[in-house]
Amino acid sequence: MVRYSFLSLLRNALSYHENWPQAWRSPEPKPSYEVVIVGGGGHGLATAYYLAKEHGITDVAVIERGWIGGGNTGRNTTIVRSNYLWDESAALYEHALKLWEGLSQELNYNVMFSQRGVMNLAHNQHDLRETARRVNANRLNGIDSEMLTASQVKAFCPVIDLRAGGRYPVLGASLQRRGGTARHDAVAWGYARGADARGVDIIQNCPVTGFIIENGRVQGVETAKGPIRARKVGIVAAGHSSVLAEMAGFRLPLQILPLQALVSEPVKPIIDCVVMSGAVHAYVSQSDKGELVIGAGVDHYVGYGQRGSLMVTEETLAAICELFPLFRRMRMLRQWGGIVDTCPDASPILSKTPVEGLYINCGWGTGGFKATPGSGHVFAHTIAQDRPHALNAAFSIDRYQTGYLIDEHGAAAVAH
Amino acid sequence: MVQRFRLPEGGLIDRSRPLEFRFDGQLLEGFAGDSLASALLANGIHLVGRSFKYHRPRGIFTAGPEEPNALLQLGEDPRTDPNSRATQTELVEGLSARTQNCWPSVRFDVGEVNSLVSRLFPAGFYYKTFMWPASLWMQYEAVIRRAAGLGKSPTRRDPARYDKTFAHCDVLVVGAGPAGLAAALAAGRSGARVLLVEQDHSLGGSLLGDPEDRIDGLPALAWVAEAEAELAAMAEVRILRRTVAYAYNDHNYVLLHERVTDHLSGEPEHLPRHRLWKLRAKQVVLAAGAIERPLVFADNDRPGIMLASACRTYVNRYAVKPGERAVVFTNNDSGYGAAIDMRAAGMQIAAVVDLRENPEGPLTDAAEAEGIRVLAGHAVTGTQGRLRLSGIRVAPLNAEGDRVFGAGEPIECDLLAVSGGWSPTVHLFSQSGGKLAWSEEQGCYRPGEAAQATLCAGAVNGAFGLAGTLREGHQAGEQAASAAGFPPKQSKKLHFEAGDESFLPARWLWLVPSDKPLGRGGKAFHELQNDVTAADLHLALDEGYSSIEHVKRYTTTGMGTDQGKLGNLNAIGIVAERLRRPLPEVGVTTFRPPYVPVSFGAFAGRDVDELLDPIRKTAMHGWHEKNGAVFEDVGQWRRPWYYPRGGETMHEAVNREVEACRASIGILDASTLGKIDIQGPDSAEFLNRVYTNAWSKLGIGRCRYGLMLGEDGMVSDDGVTARLGEQHYLMTTTSGNAAAVLAHLEEWLQTEWPELRVYMTSVTEQYATASISGPNARALMAELTDDIDLSPEAFPHMSLTHGTVAGLPARVFRISFTGEAGYEINVSARSGLALWQALVTAGEKYAITPFGTEAMHVLRAEKGYIIVGQETDGSVTPIDLGMDWIVSKRKDFVGKRSLSRPDMLLPDRKQLVGLLTEEPDTVLPEGAQLVEQLKPEPPMTMLGHVTSSYYSPNLGRSIAMALVKGGRDKQGQRLWAPLADGRKIACSICEPVFVDPKGERLHA
Amino acid sequence: MLLIDCPYCGPRAELEFSYGGEAHIVRPKDPEALSDAEWGDYLFMRKNTKGVFLERWCHSHGCRRWFNVARDTVTYEILAVYEMGSEPPALPERNLV
Repeated sequence: MVRYSFLSLLRNALSYHENWPQAWRSPEPKPSYEVVIVGGGGHGLATAYYLAKEHGITDVAVIERGWIGGGNTGRNTTIVRSNYLWDESAALYEHALKLWEGLSQELNYNVMFSQRGVMNLAHNQHDLRETARRVNANRLNGIDSEMLTASQVKAFCPVIDLRAGGRYPVLGASLQRRGGTARHDAVAWGYARGADARGVDIIQNCPVTGFIIENGRVQGVETAKGPIRARKVGIVAAGHSSVLAEMAGFRLPLQILPLQALVSEPVKPIIDCVVMSGAVHAYVSQSDKGELVIGAGVDHYVGYGQRGSLMVTEETLAAICELFPLFRRMRMLRQWGGIVDTCPDASPILSKTPVEGLYINCGWGTGGFKATPGSGHVFAHTIAQDRPHALNAAFSIDRYQTGYLIDEHGAAAVAH
Repeated sequence: MVQRFRLPEGGLIDRSRPLEFRFDGQLLEGFAGDSLASALLANGIHLVGRSFKYHRPRGIFTAGPEEPNALLQLGEDPRTDPNSRATQTELVEGLSARTQNCWPSVRFDVGEVNSLVSRLFPAGFYYKTFMWPASLWMQYEAVIRRAAGLGKSPTRRDPARYDKTFAHCDVLVVGAGPAGLAAALAAGRSGARVLLVEQDHSLGGSLLGDPEDRIDGLPALAWVAEAEAELAAMAEVRILRRTVAYAYNDHNYVLLHERVTDHLSGEPEHLPRHRLWKLRAKQVVLAAGAIERPLVFADNDRPGIMLASACRTYVNRYAVKPGERAVVFTNNDSGYGAAIDMRAAGMQIAAVVDLRENPEGPLTDAAEAEGIRVLAGHAVTGTQGRLRLSGIRVAPLNAEGDRVFGAGEPIECDLLAVSGGWSPTVHLFSQSGGKLAWSEEQGCYRPGEAAQATLCAGAVNGAFGLAGTLREGHQAGEQAASAAGFPPKQSKKLHFEAGDESFLPARWLWLVPSDKPLGRGGKAFHELQNDVTAADLHLALDEGYSSIEHVKRYTTTGMGTDQGKLGNLNAIGIVAERLRRPLPEVGVTTFRPPYVPVSFGAFAGRDVDELLDPIRKTAMHGWHEKNGAVFEDVGQWRRPWYYPRGGETMHEAVNREVEACRASIGILDASTLGKIDIQGPDSAEFLNRVYTNAWSKLGIGRCRYGLMLGEDGMVSDDGVTARLGEQHYLMTTTSGNAAAVLAHLEEWLQTEWPELRVYMTSVTEQYATASISGPNARALMAELTDDIDLSPEAFPHMSLTHGTVAGLPARVFRISFTGEAGYEINVSARSGLALWQALVTAGEKYAITPFGTEAMHVLRAEKGYIIVGQETDGSVTPIDLGMDWIVSKRKDFVGKRSLSRPDMLLPDRKQLVGLLTEEPDTVLPEGAQLVEQLKPEPPMTMLGHVTSSYYSPNLGRSIAMALVKGGRDKQGQRLWAPLADGRKIACSICEPVFVDPKGERLHA
Repeated sequence: MLLIDCPYCGPRAELEFSYGGEAHIVRPKDPEALSDAEWGDYLFMRKNTKGVFLERWCHSHGCRRWFNVARDTVTYEILAVYEMGSEPPALPERNLV
């Protein structure tokens, strides 16, 4: 792997950038691998990367039905934070956040992790109480988190209208300064490059059409490019998790929903932090390119169409216009949808499955991007060791039988 | 103020109405009917901006919505609009426009230094650097952010109003060019309800820039005027101008954005600025035309390089010469039309450079007949001129089209009109789910199989001749109307006799070769705004970003404000060539909405400020306001929080209210509680199934508290339900949950138990409720009613009766949420205020005290009553709350089975407890986390959190409730609440009932 | 914005409806007889069919009645609307992946 640096950029400029190597190869699949990862999003690629790096398992293929990073990895609003309420989630997301903090250097690929601070707004007494609860829990879990008064909110984000038209006044907020945003595509590409350099095969345009299961144990996958044998298979397919689980003969506690996002036309820097409001279903930050990046709430029907309905956009933009009346003249440039796999408790599943050797990583709902490095890291451990990492033990699929749910609806900020 | 480049005559402008406007402070003049772009060109101004990355000088490139360069900052803060396309901005008196993304000026821009070191900024350079040292990224990023962006956001609240409307029609026609007009005429004549939308302020589409055509024996624009008049006279036809159909959603739902006042100077009071139309169409005819493509060649971005069709539009529609001496560079016939029209306008045409080797047809003949030099089989290999084009080089091309011979002949010119063929505007068709089909011959994607009730007509369909366009439009209009139930009437037939040019085949060269290798000489841009070059595409592919979506994201191709309208197909072509694959195999990137950018304000419409979400107010709200209440939001309700008197703090006011309630009498507006009327013979059985406790034996006239669970066993709501009659119950719910509870009940009833004869209605809004409680409550009641026996025997706690209170027919409950004897008096909502005033007046002698939600919370916490949503959070069972007493062992109910899952039976679940601080005056903050063992630093193991906490004036100390792991077995144990401010509050666990545990006051 | 043909009111915009997820999940007659796994299945496990999916909607801002819908979850095309308690009508087979 050629190291990326300013010097290498300079050197290649001299040769008109004609000699850069491929960031990753596009090999034909081998007949068999030790581990096959189904799904070439950020989580799947990170899983492959850490399998190779941390567990020495390099005989790995990542099988992607389309192009890597083309699902929710490339469609989310790129917010990274770890201020989750419950101990189990806080530990998992904080693990991810710590990995984010060194990720550009780890991957030698600038993922532009920008710790510009994430504010979650409180609009009524109930919000304030819940915010305090979460901030206190975060702090005692060793996670940076602060409670802001309304005037501190204004100081941190001067363009916000605290009165917000009188309907949803801003009474306070929580702030995680270490939270922020990252460049979503770069995360997939960086992990792909890192995994590829360690021997992982990345197979694109290769839908998985079935699982080879013998005596209750997975033996590989059927794909558009023929069968690929594997000792272990990990499913990391977000919105397509239920489809794949059905192929493997089990069901998941998911609801697959469209989630919309949009960007404005680019403008010069105007908002320098991430603002989230669960009460009115709106998140906003400004990308390095200058676009306002805005996330909406979910559409409430099962949908694989990567699109949702107007009323969700209307609701979100009305909320943005309320909190930021100066943005009413800004224009929506581009709108899109993802397919999110939501769990009843708004927490993910990183688990073994009823099929031996088959593992699943899903249920991240609206908030998976922020967990990408941590998710891949502990899921790689789960696959390599055939048992969960301490950080994902609680996120087993069994919890839907025992009732050990980790209800993060408050923290997810979107009412599922 | 001389419009030096204005033609002496012609054009669709009103020369009698000169308009003054400012461009970067300079006072200029144009005419009514001008676009900002045409007015600038009339004044000889091409240079209007700087590119995103390299800050290269850029000029007006198009005459339409695909404009990548002429993005200007219009108006003054707060009415300022960044990134406004000059090509689509109608000129109005006093318009002020400024260039963007340049400093100190568009002519001298410091950022142009990027251009000098542009070799350091290939596609994706930022992924490869700025990583060392890690700590500096935020500083690097700040610089990048300042350099990026285009215009400036307004910095103050937008004073404009926006609006939204719903609409339905039989046939929607998108685009009022020849195809759209023909379609609208055909559909309109059949009697169908037709909506014709046009982004421009004038109808005519391509005919506006091409007025020499004749239709039905009339000059094109006369035909347009006739069509317009006929359509205007049809009762069922509506024409929306300045309106863009920007998105095509499922089930023929099309979204329109109408710019209502942007073309007026000033904002008339009675009009919204923009209006969003939410349109359901039975049938849609897309007649959205086509967009001309540029050619990709070295240094193809200088001011003075424009689309050939734009040059024609400026000459014909706006009577503006885009230059003095032009060269046309084309791969198809379109360029010739531009050359002929420009020449007719008095411009010199230095040459037509045609990529095709032997272009021989009527247009080339016409050009040569006019003495225009045609350089067939030639290519433009480079251009000169920094702030304005000064010349080009032209060289012969080989047969394969992959190299040129020699450095080329220089030709002086100040305008280069380019045409790379046409891309049908398939955006809406693709958004609708329709499949696109590649046409090798026409070099474009056309609509293929439709997914919805969609027809396409004219250039959007690849029909580039006028007669064919008209025919297609007419046919689509008739067909759509028929499908919507309006067969064509035979009375009138259209006869289109328009010239139909026979086009010569074009020569598709996605990347025009230069004498210097790609990336080593000039820059060949396919994406002007974001500065993406063919070399960038090659780099992305070489680095393995081979999916077209990867190429797009890595290079930012198609991500400018025109969203790839100009450049995408060229990019796909260049990628296909580099990959040596047929173009259709490369695929296309998704055509995402909106077609053109749409203001946020339009999406919000009038749902802003107080109207964002309805505010619900009770019948007594005015009284609360008059009496100084401070309000809090509870769900959609706005409820009195407390009523400060004089200079009271909240703490003082709440203490006074709480004390008054225990000492004498308090009055609370309880109208917001949800009320559900339940009737039918199976009502009791229904209640048995949805509540944890049993209901069969509840007597008429009696009330019972009920707890409702989700099927997951978690507490979801609570409230008192009264039995009004044999088959008649009234359920109350929490204020915030009323609608959700009714929905939950209806779902169970209709979907699981349709056999139960039960009927439910929300009556929350029908009643106003005043709740009085305190030792003097009965005495006050006695003064206001003479037909209710108030004795505890006749009217005990948890019962109800009907009678007259203060002269009003009332339903009175004897229930209490404060722990005092209390009455909830329900009267018809319109009498709520009368009741309230009567109670307050009669209660004066008892010093009756209105109290708000805060005092209510203190009073109920003193009694240990829970609030759903405060003591519960969706993870709490009735057992956790210590409410086993209300959970029936004998019957099934929603959620019961979940209570015996393994995790529900663990001894260390979080359980509801009381907390007393060791320092009685210290009030624990709600939301404080509790630990058993303090450590100097986090992490610390948390056992639970404080759910409710107040100062109890009756006890003279603070009280709190909390959910604590295994809390019930930890009575008396000491816990700590370590707070963010460094304080560590010690407290001990107790029973969560602080006042009158035996309920003697309640039953008094 | 889907156009949903309420069996009681006629076609109305999605805005007027609320969603009820997968249809034909019947509450067990005797929940206490179920194992934790079976109960968990009933509570949480869902098909999320990619293709024709049978689901429940409620015309919550109209007649407030629940009904079933057969909808393609990829194209969002609605193939049938039928009353609560009735069996789904015969539907064309679709390629689901």
